Amino acid sequence: MSLLVFIVVLPLLTALVQLAVPGQYRVLHRALPLMATFVTAGLSVLLFLRFDPELEGYQHLGVIPGLGADVAGLQIRARLGVDGVNVGLILMGALVAFAAACTTWEIREREKEFHVLLLLMTGGILGAFASLDLFFFYFFHELALIPTFILIGVWGRGPERSYAAFKMTLYLSLGALVLLAGLIVLYVQAGAQTFDLETITLRLRQEPLSPAAQHGIFPLLLVGFGVLASLWPFHTWAAPGYAAAPSAAAMLHAGVLKKFGLYGLIRIALPMLPDAADPWLKVLAALCLGNLLWCGWVAMRQRDLNLLLGNSSVAHMGFVFLGIASLSVIGVTGAVVVMVAHGFVAALGFGLTGHLYQQTRTLDMRQLGGLAKQVPFLGTALVMALLAGCGLPGFANFVGEVMVLFGALESYLSWTVLACWAGLVIGGVYMIRAIRNTLHGPLPERWQALVDASAWRRVPFVVLLSALLFFGVWPRSLTDRIAPAVAEMVAPASDPRAGEAMLPGAGDGPVAEARERFAAHWLPAGLHTR
Amino acid sequence: MNYPLISLEMAVVALGLGLLLLELWAPAAVRARLGYAAAVGLGFVLLFSVVHFSGPDAGGVAFGGMFVQDGLALYFKRLLLIAAIVVQLMSVDYASRLRGGVAEYHALQLFALAGMMCAASANDFSVLFVSVELITVTFYVLVGFQRNRLASLEAGIKYLILGALASAFLVFGIALVFGTTGHLDFAGVLAETRARPGEPLLQAGLLLVLLGLAFKLAAVPMQIWAPDVYQGAPTPTTAFLAIGSKAAGVVLLLRVLFVAVPELAQAWHRLLIGLAMASILYGNLCAIPQRNLKRLLGYSSIAHAGYLLVGVAAMSSSGQAAVLFYLGAYLFTVLAAFGVITVVFQQFETEDIAALAGLHRRSPLLAWALALAMVSLAGIPPLAGFFGKFLLFRAAIEAGSSDPAYYWLVGVAIFGVVVSLYYYLGVVRAIFWSEPESAPPLAAISRPLRWALGLCMAAMVLLGVAPGWLLAACQRAVVPLQAYLGAGG
Repeated sequence: MSLLVFIVVLPLLTALVQLAVPGQYRVLHRALPLMATFVTAGLSVLLFLRFDPELEGYQHLGVIPGLGADVAGLQIRARLGVDGVNVGLILMGALVAFAAACTTWEIREREKEFHVLLLLMTGGILGAFASLDLFFFYFFHELALIPTFILIGVWGRGPERSYAAFKMTLYLSLGALVLLAGLIVLYVQAGAQTFDLETITLRLRQEPLSPAAQHGIFPLLLVGFGVLASLWPFHTWAAPGYAAAPSAAAMLHAGVLKKFGLYGLIRIALPMLPDAADPWLKVLAALCLGNLLWCGWVAMRQRDLNLLLGNSSVAHMGFVFLGIASLSVIGVTGAVVVMVAHGFVAALGFGLTGHLYQQTRTLDMRQLGGLAKQVPFLGTALVMALLAGCGLPGFANFVGEVMVLFGALESYLSWTVLACWAGLVIGGVYMIRAIRNTLHGPLPERWQALVDASAWRRVPFVVLLSALLFFGVWPRSLTDRIAPAVAEMVAPASDPRAGEAMLPGAGDGPVAEARERFAAHWLPAGLHTR
Repeated sequence: MNYPLISLEMAVVALGLGLLLLELWAPAAVRARLGYAAAVGLGFVLLFSVVHFSGPDAGGVAFGGMFVQDGLALYFKRLLLIAAIVVQLMSVDYASRLRGGVAEYHALQLFALAGMMCAASANDFSVLFVSVELITVTFYVLVGFQRNRLASLEAGIKYLILGALASAFLVFGIALVFGTTGHLDFAGVLAETRARPGEPLLQAGLLLVLLGLAFKLAAVPMQIWAPDVYQGAPTPTTAFLAIGSKAAGVVLLLRVLFVAVPELAQAWHRLLIGLAMASILYGNLCAIPQRNLKRLLGYSSIAHAGYLLVGVAAMSSSGQAAVLFYLGAYLFTVLAAFGVITVVFQQFETEDIAALAGLHRRSPLLAWALALAMVSLAGIPPLAGFFGKFLLFRAAIEAGSSDPAYYWLVGVAIFGVVVSLYYYLGVVRAIFWSEPESAPPLAAISRPLRWALGLCMAAMVLLGVAPGWLLAACQRAVVPLQAYLGAGG
């Protein structure tokens, strides 16, 4: 059995085992998920190291036995596999899941249910990224939906948590159902009688769908994935949902699950519907400005640290959308890097604010201040998280965002890129303001009893920060794996564009030169020319 | 004559008569547990149906082609038997609230079951009418069985009046069909309609038959009874009505449309699409403001009739298989929901959703069973309801290449699912995080019902993650319907 099968099945099986354990064994209910996610994280590191970027196609293939249906005219199997695009995401997801399981000490009632739901969510997330079957791709993502609803409703914070849970669940299921319709249309039109992703991709490469069919399906996928990934203007579920969620759920959802929509666009929409990609991605490029500017602006106006983080996480999705819309190897690779990096940053941010909230019971920035003196570890970690969020070099976000900008520069008019740059500036403004308001300045008297995180409770933050720094200083460990896979996926969609005249400012001159030099530095040989 | 073919129905009727006789001699303590005997008896009938009627040559026709025992009939009969077994167990737990004879209550359910099983085998309009009447008339009594409760009597009257109306439609329609074709058997009607297509009186007759069957399904435009009757009837009756009556309506609809008048069915696909859309919208939108759980399930059952019609309207074998699968999934889900309702609301006068508050603390088993049932009804993975909806959507989208109206149907269905999620999740919220005002202790749940609930939960999950075997069975079951559809083109 493949390593990947263990990674996906282990959390789910542990959840089943926990169901059988009576609720009063509290220690066991805390220890089991911790062990399961630790092993999963370890296995996914192993998977990442064993991944061979030289090989073409999917690796570590495996099938979860017993799931699905294999009947006449309908083949559904839980087939798993990794290529360069999802190997990094699975690593990120497993590490964040471990970090999330480390923060559940804050849950003091009904531990059994909480941890069972958390493990279900973890298994669903990892399964969604690992699936090579359109049905299970959807199935695993939706597996996390109801657990999230109950997690927010029962263990969430604030008076609005019921509203936030409903809004988030209904919004996400609307998006998911639109997506489901799109996937079924794709399956029917492809006529392969199977939901196997590889088979459908191959078939569509040989006999592409008619442009009319492609133009019909693409908007379904764009809206479906867009809602799941909080594309403007479908983003309003995100910030209140994250602010109301218990830290572990917010970490997993904002960090990992939300990336599913982006991953789907790269994995399914681009390679399967290449003809429709070009015009619709222009729409995407316009909408992503909504994320970058509008949501950035909204984030600037927030008084609550968690709402600020939630809005900023929506704003950051703009970079990923822009990278995907650029349809260039460097841009899409950058998008994947941002996905991985933002997963760590978002989890770090929500984990830290959750930790603070346990003592302060408020995250209103007007009441906080000067915390860096009182809780130096938490303060430093939060400064690092916020600065990484605005793209400070040294953290992985910087690499991804720069690559996205270079990719976009090649494909889009410079004003789009300028606007994105403005988005970066906005990000800098609210992040630095948040640092000033919460961590610096005089320490209000009521916070003088705050205690810093104990050694054990630092573990999740240390894990996430080291991952961020590691990929920040050695990004080629990611890009070398991502770029070849991306090149293969982007090729059919960007082909028609290759013949077109280059857009002004992208063909030659200092910008192109800089891009060339940059690409030569970050991407494996042979890929940086396109 | 081929009498062994009706052995299943005969066994069920004999079981019912046996119960009535037993009541004469059995002491009072035993009488309350007669339902267990009925459940065990039905278990043997189910076992017999699997052992005796397996293999390709097990079926056949009897009584001059009026009664057919094929894969489709057997699929429905097994489904109905499973439902009846669980309903019997539920009835035992409910017995303390029945003033009338408990044995009569069990026996009447068995007679209704026999009617449903006959309906599954109907190959002739006269058998269709007789079995529909057998179901409806017994349900008049079953719905109004709590003579001391006004709501139950009111529900019985409503069901009686509207049921009589539907029967009138049905019998008038059958008369028109017979008048124009000179046949009551489906094969004869098929030959006659092919010889003289486009006969307006025949079409009018079939429309009326359709209306009569829509009553059984609780589909628009004959849906008006469902919420009142669901709310007022004793809970086991409601459960049996929700699954049994619906299943009988579905199998009759499939047979009439695809065996007797396949060409007309093709021509009417837009009518069916319209009815499906209307049922989905009506059921889901009206369910939003409901505060009574049984009433809410009444409206949701209208919506589910709409989803079932999606598969019928798709006019394909994959659509029919999807309908069968959906019913199988619906069976376990609805039984779990009503099983929980039977226990939880024992001390309450009404089935107020607010009374579920804090249920997770009082009984985790009941809480999770009801939560799983709600999520499965909404159609969220990894539960059975999701795979059913997935198959229905797939069938409708496949049919979309012939008529774009199917895409609209899928759009309405998606809207319906999102709306339904809102009220189903409202129940989940009540279970898990609403604070109870007063929480009277739960009545003890009997061990058999506990096992039945566990079985339903397991089935919901199993059919959600590994649906292959049931889907394969559904595909085999709809084979008898294909001969006519293919020939009709």
